[in-house]
Order: sequence, then C-alpha cells, then structure tokens
Amino acid sequence: MPPTITINHVTRIEGHARIDIHLNDLGKVASTQFHVTQFRGFEKFTEGRPYYEMPAITARICGICPVSHLLASVKACDAIMAVQIPEPAALLRELLHCAQFVQSHALSFFHLSAPDLLLGFDSDPALRNIVGLIEKHPEAARDGIALRKFGQQAIERMAGERIHPSWTVPGGVNKPLSADARDHILTGLPIAKSIIRRTLKNFKAMLDDFPAESAAFGNMPTAYAGLSGLDGEFKIYDGALRFIDNTAKPLATVARPLDYSKYIGEATMPDSYLKAPYFKPLGYPEGIYRVGPLGRLNVAARMGTPEADGELEEYRQRLGRIVQSSFFYHYARLIEALYGVERMEELLSEPLITDTHIRADAGVNANQGVGIIEAPRGVLIHHYKVDDNGSITWANLIVATGHNNLALNHSIRQVAEQFVDGAQLKEGAVNRVSAVVRAYDPCLSCSTHAYGGPAVNLRLWSPQGELVDSWPRPE
Amino acid sequence: MPQKISLRIDGELIHTAAGQSILDAAKAHNKFIPALCHMKGLSSVGACRLCIVEVAGVGRLLPACTTPVQDGMSVTTQSDKLRRYRRIALELLFAERNHVCAVCVSNGFCELQGLAKRLGVTNVRYPYTYPKVPIDLTHPRYTADQNRCILCSRCVRVCAEVEGAHVWEISGRGVGSRLVCELNRSWGESTNCTSCGKCVQSCPTGAIAEKGFAVEEMSKRTDPISRLATLRAAGSDNKPGVIL
Repeated sequence: MPPTITINHVTRIEGHARIDIHLNDLGKVASTQFHVTQFRGFEKFTEGRPYYEMPAITARICGICPVSHLLASVKACDAIMAVQIPEPAALLRELLHCAQFVQSHALSFFHLSAPDLLLGFDSDPALRNIVGLIEKHPEAARDGIALRKFGQQAIERMAGERIHPSWTVPGGVNKPLSADARDHILTGLPIAKSIIRRTLKNFKAMLDDFPAESAAFGNMPTAYAGLSGLDGEFKIYDGALRFIDNTAKPLATVARPLDYSKYIGEATMPDSYLKAPYFKPLGYPEGIYRVGPLGRLNVAARMGTPEADGELEEYRQRLGRIVQSSFFYHYARLIEALYGVERMEELLSEPLITDTHIRADAGVNANQGVGIIEAPRGVLIHHYKVDDNGSITWANLIVATGHNNLALNHSIRQVAEQFVDGAQLKEGAVNRVSAVVRAYDPCLSCSTHAYGGPAVNLRLWSPQGELVDSWPRPE
Repeated sequence: MPQKISLRIDGELIHTAAGQSILDAAKAHNKFIPALCHMKGLSSVGACRLCIVEVAGVGRLLPACTTPVQDGMSVTTQSDKLRRYRRIALELLFAERNHVCAVCVSNGFCELQGLAKRLGVTNVRYPYTYPKVPIDLTHPRYTADQNRCILCSRCVRVCAEVEGAHVWEISGRGVGSRLVCELNRSWGESTNCTSCGKCVQSCPTGAIAEKGFAVEEMSKRTDPISRLATLRAAGSDNKPGVIL
C-alpha cells in the first residue's frame, strides 16, 4: 500500500496544524490534506453574553492580532447600536489597526519566514529560526525586532496595552489620544519606514533566488477578495468587500456588510476544524478565493500612499497585474507594512486625531450586526445576532485563514507534488510544505477560534492506509 | 454614653465603645481585616467568611463583622492559620462561579480581584465548578450576571435597608444559592425596582453592572451609600443642610 506522509507539526506558524500527504503506488503524491486540529467554540460559549462584551471576549481568540478581532467586533457592535461613530474615533481605530499591521507583518516576515528566505529552505533546521537569523543576519533580525517593537509600542501608547487592550469599545474608543503620545509615535516613524524600505530592497534583490518556490508555492488561478475604497484604493479598516477573478475582472461587491452571506458560503471539512469558505456564486469548491496581502493587492487599484503606490507599481511590473503565486505573499506583506507606516503618518497629522469626541452612545437598535475589516491575514468578519436586551443569541466569525483554507490545501498539494518524492521524507521537502503554509501567515488558533495541541504535523500514508512516515519523527 | 471596654487586638490594648463589632473596632485602629460581604452602613451577615479572626479562649474562628467586642477580649487578626483559611475561602469563591477577570467589566476595580491580589491568591487549587447560571439583561439600565456573583448579599441589604425596595433576595441553599429578583422574575419585570443603582454601586464584583460598560470600565463607589445609611441610622437624613 502506498504511503502517507504526515508533517506533525508545522512549525513557525500561529496555531496548530497537521498535514497528510497520500502517495500512490509509484511513490508520487496522490493527495494532500491540511488539518487544523483544535476546537475552541467561541461562537457557542458567547451565547447569552451582552453584545458589548464581545470585543473583549473575541479578542482572546488571538494574542498576535487581538486588535483585528477587537475592531471587527466593535464594528459589529456599532451596527447593533446603529450608530455612526465620531470621526476622531474612526481615525484612532484605523491608526491602531495600521500599527497592528506593521507589528504583525514584521512578525510574519522576520520572525517566522525570514529564516527560510535568508538561511535557505534546506539549511539546518536547528538553526533555521529567529535565533539562527540573529547569528547569520544580525541586521535583518534586529530590523525585524525593531519594527515589531515600533508597532507594539504604538499600540501601547494609544490603547494602554499591547495585547488585548480595552480601548476600543462599541461606539468608538474610550480615551482620546494625547498630543504627547501622538508625538512619541511620530518620532518612531522614520526608523520604521527605513527598515521597511531596506527590507523591500533586499527582498527584491533575492526574488530570482527562488524560481522553484515562486513557481510552485500555490501558483494557481483563484478569485481574490479584499476591502477597497470607492475608487478602488487599498483599505484595511473600512471600505467595501470586493471579489475579483484571476483576470482582475470584478466578480462582486458586498455593498452592505450584512450581505456577506450572499457571497460567502462555508463548507465544513470532514477532517479539519477549519471550515472552508467559498465564493457562493461560483459554488464549492470552484469558488476558491484568496485573501490577505496577495489578495488585497490584487483587488486594490492603488495603495493611496506615495511610497507604497510606487512599490505596488514595481510589484506589478515585475509580476503582472494579478500576482498568482502565494510565494509573493511575502512581497505583498512588505508593501502593506510600508503602507501601514505611511498611513500612520497621515493619520497622526490629522488635526482631529487628538479630538476628545470619541464615543457614541446607544442601546440595541438592530438585532444583528456585521463587522468586516482586513486583519493582517485577510478579511475578518464578525456577525452577531442579539435579542432586544442585547444578549447574544448567535455568533458567526469568519477568519482570514478560513478564507484561505481551500487555497492552502491547493498550495500544499502543489508544493508536495513538486518537492516530495518517494516514501521517505526529506527535511527540505517537509520544510517547503510547511513554508507554503507560512507564506499565508495563517493564524490557525484564530481560524478555528481553537485551542491546544501541537503546531503542524506531517504524515505519509500508503494507499492501504498504513502510516509509513511522520514528521517530526517519534523520539 | 456607650459603655467603654478594653480589649487587645493583635496584642495592642484598645479602649473602645461596647456594642460594635470586632471588624469596626479593628478598622478604627487601622488594622486590616479582609471582608467582602461587609459594607459600612449595612447590617452584617458574615457571609463571605474572609473576616474570620482568632479569639483567645474560643476554639473556633469567628467572623469579625458579626462578633461584638467584649471587655477583656484578645483578638488575633493575622496569623498563618487565618491567612490559610482566608485564602481557601477566596479560592472557593473563584471555583464556585465563572470569574474571568480578563473580560469582566469590573476588571481592575473588583473587590474580589483586589483581595485575591492582596492575599496572594495566585492560583486556585480546587476544581472549577463551571455552573451554568443566568445573566439577566432585561433591565433597561443594569445587568445582573450570576457568573460573577459571590452571594455576599450586599445588593439584597442595600435595596432593603437603604432604598427600601426589597427587589433582591437569595434563593436556594449552599452552592445552589442564586440571587433572585422579586420571587424569581426577570429584573426588567420588577415592579419594586426604582432603578436607583444602589445595588450596582454596592456589588463588589462585576455581577451587577451598568449596561453598555465595556471591559475594565465599571468602577464603583460605595462611600455615598455608606454615608447616607450612616446618617439615616443617626436619624439625620431629613435635617436641612446635611450634604450627603
């Protein structure tokens, strides 16, 4: 019986997953499965809670990007209260979100993926991590740590805490931004910007070093989804959710957040706690689409900030109007980080940013509300239903990594077909399968709102169902 | 003039008026005895068992809030045994309901949390019971979340003794005890409730809170209620010029 390879677990990602690779009699890849192995049940245990507690509760889904959940949740709560939040509050929320984009993208690029890119996919796995990076490329490691620190400290200056702040509340935010805090954040911007510029330059210089990876890391036609403004400009806090096809042709625009369910279906996978959303008009599984940096840049007509616009133009000159390979998530992520600091500068220069009119007050004026934002990993949707007293009766969360589930599965298969051969796992092959998962910067704990277990595992199965090999190997 | 008596608290000789509790006498002499169900101005019920003290010659621990001072009494308020028992009492309070500070409206302002911190409760050694208890969101302005209730009955007493509305009661026994509103109707259906908010301000945790307050926003003030209750007890609430 041909074997199945199991990578158990996938490292340097957020959350836990296992990959099964089934081989045929010739030792070639027959199929692959990506399993997200935890279950947490946030949608269920929040039933009965007051809606205005949802931001604090759902933020606990993740410690890396709690700000995303906070913002999607407060937007859903704003919709339940049927309020338009004061302009300064909207600016402050967007500012917080930009800071989070910078810190999260820094974490994904430098801490999680740079060891593959700078030390090599086949380098010694014991050193292929941030510590190894510090040894071999101390400048890059320092840059990564400094950039993440900038984002995290900006969040702390604004919201009081780096992780799970209670600053964003239904109706706005609960403290204005002081002029001191604004000035302090502004002083850190030039260094953050220069780090991203330098990293982009270095990354572009090594693009040609990864021909096999860029050709086979989820290089496939799919639809794409992301938020964008009225004239197509890149948006992360507000904007309309748009779907485009692989030729940049618009497929749909979700005019009202509540209409998301007309366009997004959720398929349940038998072997994973992670559901597989798909674009409804195209059906399942043809409605595969990608979100996150790659999807967003494909959807956006322009970035809207000067340097990021220049970078987007170069990105498209190099790779085409629609960039298909998931390897370039990294590239897109860096352009977004640049946008993040540029947009922070714009927002901090707004006179209204230190205004004290920051919170709208209201009770339950609608029995359901949807909040849609762009988390660093992609579109994040919080949908709550409440009774007239404001008690949650139903909740649905669609998380960025979920949208990418189908694409992740396709990408894993493509990488496995290209690099995995025979019944024995080679470390470099295993790492490439893991690395394509990393390219998406998935947050699996978010995606299932799940808990516990190891990170990603890989298992190799024979056609008869016998476990031939697994990764990591048992001690 | 009330009769003066003498007693020792932690070895210190104290002269005080008869008729008051050990807790009041100790507080008046700047001695800290932890307490959750006690609130100045309300009757004492000895519900939380945190104010237990050792009294020389008495074989069991006594609650300081309900034990009156006596002439010649010798009281110990701090000892390893008391610290151990107080910790147990606090841990059992945590284990009995679903206290999740991180997502609580009273996080940072909670008396239960504050005492746990002060008494060094860094973990709970008993299995949590995770009871499924109701959350009442039917009142237009306030919420009652039994997940955070420690059955201190401050709300019951403040409503009965200060507001005179008698909205709150405790039903059931032991771990099955629950705070109920007017013979177990929802708060929104209450005919007695004046929406004065005294129960909200008296609640030591986030169990009774104002609606719409997000996490870490619900700070409370018991002082004005205690002052009002004390002045009433002295018969002065109708005196002109008394600022409450």
